[in-house]
Amino acid sequence: MFAEHLLSVCIWLPIVGGIVVLATGGDQNATAARYLGLIFTIATFIVTLLLYADFNPHTAAMQFVENRPWIDAFSIRYHLGIDGISVLLILLTSFCTVLVVIAGWSVIQKKVGQYLAAFLIMEGLMIGVFSALDAILFYVFWESTLIPMFVIIGLWGGPNRVYATIKFFLYTFLGSVLMLVAFIYLYYQADRTFDIATFHQVQLGENAQILIFLALLAAFAVKVPMWPVHTWLPDAHTEAPTGGSVILAAILLKMGAYGFLRFSLPIVPDASHQLAGFMIALSLIAVVYIGLVTLMQDDMKKLIAYSSIAHMGFVTLGFFIFNTQGIEGGIIQMISHGFISGALFLCVGVLYDRLHSREIKDYGGVANRMPVFASFMMLFALANTGLPGTSGFVGEFLVILGSYQVNVWYAVLAATTLVLGAAYTLWMYKRVIFGAVVKDSVAALEDVTPREILFLGLLAIAVLAMGLWPFPFLEVMHVSVDHLLEQVATKKVI
Amino acid sequence: MMPEIPSMWPALPEIYVCAMGCLILCVDLFVSKQARTVIYWLSQVALLGAAALTLSLLMTPAGMTFSGMFVHDSLSNVIKLATYLIVFFVFVYSRDYIRERGMFRGEYFVLGLFGVVGMMIMASASHFLTLYLGLELLALSLYAMVAFQRDSAQATEAAMKYFVLGAISSGILLYGMSILYGLTGTLDIADVRQAVARMEADDVVLIFSLVFVIVGIAFKLGAVPFHMWVPDVYHGAPTSVTLYIGTAPKIAGFALVMRLLVGGLEDLAVSWQDMLTILAVLSMAVGNVIAIAQTNIKRMLAYSSISHMGFFFLGVVNATPNGYSSALFYVLVYAVMSLGTFGMVILLSRSGFEAERLDDFKGLNQRSPWYAFLMLLLMFSMAGVPPTIGFYAKLLVIQSVIEVGMIWLAILAVLFAVIGVYYYIRVVKLMYFDDAEDNTPIGASLDMRVLIGVNGLVLLLAMPWVGTIIDVCGRAVAGIY
Repeated sequence: MFAEHLLSVCIWLPIVGGIVVLATGGDQNATAARYLGLIFTIATFIVTLLLYADFNPHTAAMQFVENRPWIDAFSIRYHLGIDGISVLLILLTSFCTVLVVIAGWSVIQKKVGQYLAAFLIMEGLMIGVFSALDAILFYVFWESTLIPMFVIIGLWGGPNRVYATIKFFLYTFLGSVLMLVAFIYLYYQADRTFDIATFHQVQLGENAQILIFLALLAAFAVKVPMWPVHTWLPDAHTEAPTGGSVILAAILLKMGAYGFLRFSLPIVPDASHQLAGFMIALSLIAVVYIGLVTLMQDDMKKLIAYSSIAHMGFVTLGFFIFNTQGIEGGIIQMISHGFISGALFLCVGVLYDRLHSREIKDYGGVANRMPVFASFMMLFALANTGLPGTSGFVGEFLVILGSYQVNVWYAVLAATTLVLGAAYTLWMYKRVIFGAVVKDSVAALEDVTPREILFLGLLAIAVLAMGLWPFPFLEVMHVSVDHLLEQVATKKVI
Repeated sequence: MMPEIPSMWPALPEIYVCAMGCLILCVDLFVSKQARTVIYWLSQVALLGAAALTLSLLMTPAGMTFSGMFVHDSLSNVIKLATYLIVFFVFVYSRDYIRERGMFRGEYFVLGLFGVVGMMIMASASHFLTLYLGLELLALSLYAMVAFQRDSAQATEAAMKYFVLGAISSGILLYGMSILYGLTGTLDIADVRQAVARMEADDVVLIFSLVFVIVGIAFKLGAVPFHMWVPDVYHGAPTSVTLYIGTAPKIAGFALVMRLLVGGLEDLAVSWQDMLTILAVLSMAVGNVIAIAQTNIKRMLAYSSISHMGFFFLGVVNATPNGYSSALFYVLVYAVMSLGTFGMVILLSRSGFEAERLDDFKGLNQRSPWYAFLMLLLMFSMAGVPPTIGFYAKLLVIQSVIEVGMIWLAILAVLFAVIGVYYYIRVVKLMYFDDAEDNTPIGASLDMRVLIGVNGLVLLLAMPWVGTIIDVCGRAVAGIY
């Protein structure tokens, strides 16, 4: 009974948890809200671990399938299931949410219940996105995530939060509505069903494919975000509270990349091949140009936000070179970027909680006062530059390897990230952490608390484990990726 | 020879509500000012009784009576039941509002009930005269209700505008009907349909009459370019009356469209599709764009209603049962959302204070997280953001235009929807991200608090039953064939 509904439990447990946390009322019960939030996120994490434990990596078929009618008139179904790609993203989601709850433990002091409820509901919705197998169900989860994120940035964000959150909402909403039109068009082409697996089979003409590809691209490119529709991200990241930035960078962006794998590549393979050059160009611009832009940032959060765009460029590059290394590298990069960017945002959060500034120039010599913190941040900074032995290396290496097989120049341009990434990350690290203590505010800093060690330590383990022994991750996704590659290689033009 | 006495049974709910209206008018003469609450309860009993009668008629087969002037079918039943429900809520929301403003008089509820009778007759009309009768009964009740606060210059001005423009639009509709009569020699909708089927579909006089009919409908529903009265009336009327105008009559408007365009003139669909497409695009564009500039929430909601009528027309333009049932679903959902939103405006108002400015919603989350959450649901539902039910309404009308291959129209619609999102989330922004300007506690009677909670939550919690509601709409529409 329980096993059949495991995915539903993953989705609804945190949502119910969010409602329970909300019911604790105002801030006089903040502690109760915090413990409840922690219990629900940990419980969800355990359930997703069960999911992973029972997952069979030797089949490309959807697992843990639940399929029941929902809106019969339009054969919209409550259809859930996961494959080797989505199971990893679900794990990432539940893991990061636990960290966010711990990270906000003593930092968030106003409207604690609403804060935790927003993240819990968000978690359920994001798991829903990764497990929906019905296009409308997917769309409902996809768009619903905007509401809690809108509130998170707007209520607990920085000084310019209202502008950032409205921009975030409208930008991503505009991208998504065209995807809805594409889904409905596919519904009529696929003989009145919103089943994604049927979408994968449906034959489509060349022009239709290109239009559908572009409509889906509007949704996914904004979410990823790809150059040139990335401009909402630096604003949203900078103004969001630390927890919001972590979820945005670690998971929300991955929804866009996941969309390419679940929809664009298998549904319109011919258009994907035709427009691959265009997509690769956009990805390389993100890697190189945004890498240069990142160098120029004075605000630490903005710097990490731009670095996220550059790293996500790697993901989309890997997807559109259509070979195993590329796609697997892209997926590994997604997971690894979730850990690393989340960790870097948490590091900035640790500093921000103490000095209430994100400007690089307000720091300097932090290592003298916070040695433990400096070593943690060192690890994450190096992982961000793709140091072998950390998770950042695996994904980037595989993508470069994959693109080398297609075109040497792709690989050469992509490899500039190793230089640029090192430049902007380490330069920031040097300015913030090293040097003599000049400022009184820095001199008064105290090192990380056990709570901070807990979440930074968990992430450090994740980053190292994935870097030193990526085999379990690759093993889980391998069959699913091969299946996806078969689908992409199939011609669908009538 | 004795004239045949028509069967009264199908029209029993109408007769009953009409009789209750007259009874309440008489009772009102004899009750003291303190005991006048009894009028309110009698009105609610009238609605509940009507609902019981309509429900008991659900099982009886569809049929005509009064020499084919009155029809009883699934469409009329669904529309009537929705109307009772909405007006029931309207009366609950209005009760304390009108009492605090000295409008708690028997006439208020009597006019409201007669308006309901008008809508019921529209829903059951199978003859141009019956249809017009219902329309005018509704309109006359509304004119008087808008002017109910007779000392308010704003309300009087609104009533005047409403009356003049409403009368013109009725005249235009009537003119269209009279040309149709001249062409077909009958006012019976089914006979008109047969007569029209025998004529050339591009007959100039026929199209001429169609234009008048469409203009009349567009006026009544407030579609661009015949929308000028909507913002002024919504703004000028007492909020409780705006609540009434902005909800149930929209559902009756659907009946008007179905009976006239689909029942009578479906063979001209090729012509009216184009006209409605223009109305739909203009309404979505003008409504959504101008709403952004509003600072008064009632005016903003007026423009929002204009844009929603545009979306509603999207369901009608494809001229298939799928489209009609989508339009019915849309208009039902819109009525519920509009009900809740104006209910919130009433809730925040109190004696001597009208929460009409958008700024009055500032900091609502600090004053009452619960009401702020309800308003958040209402706004996201109006904007069509999942998982609220407003999304399914938009999904349905958009799929109906894609079904007939008008993808460009669907793309335009979703883009206008994105523009619309801006002014709805601005309300959310005011409630959640700004600080409250006044911290007066929000008080309301228990029944109002419960009902507005239901009203808001249903937008979210109806999700698992969306399919059922769509089926009901589908069956209602199938009934008219």
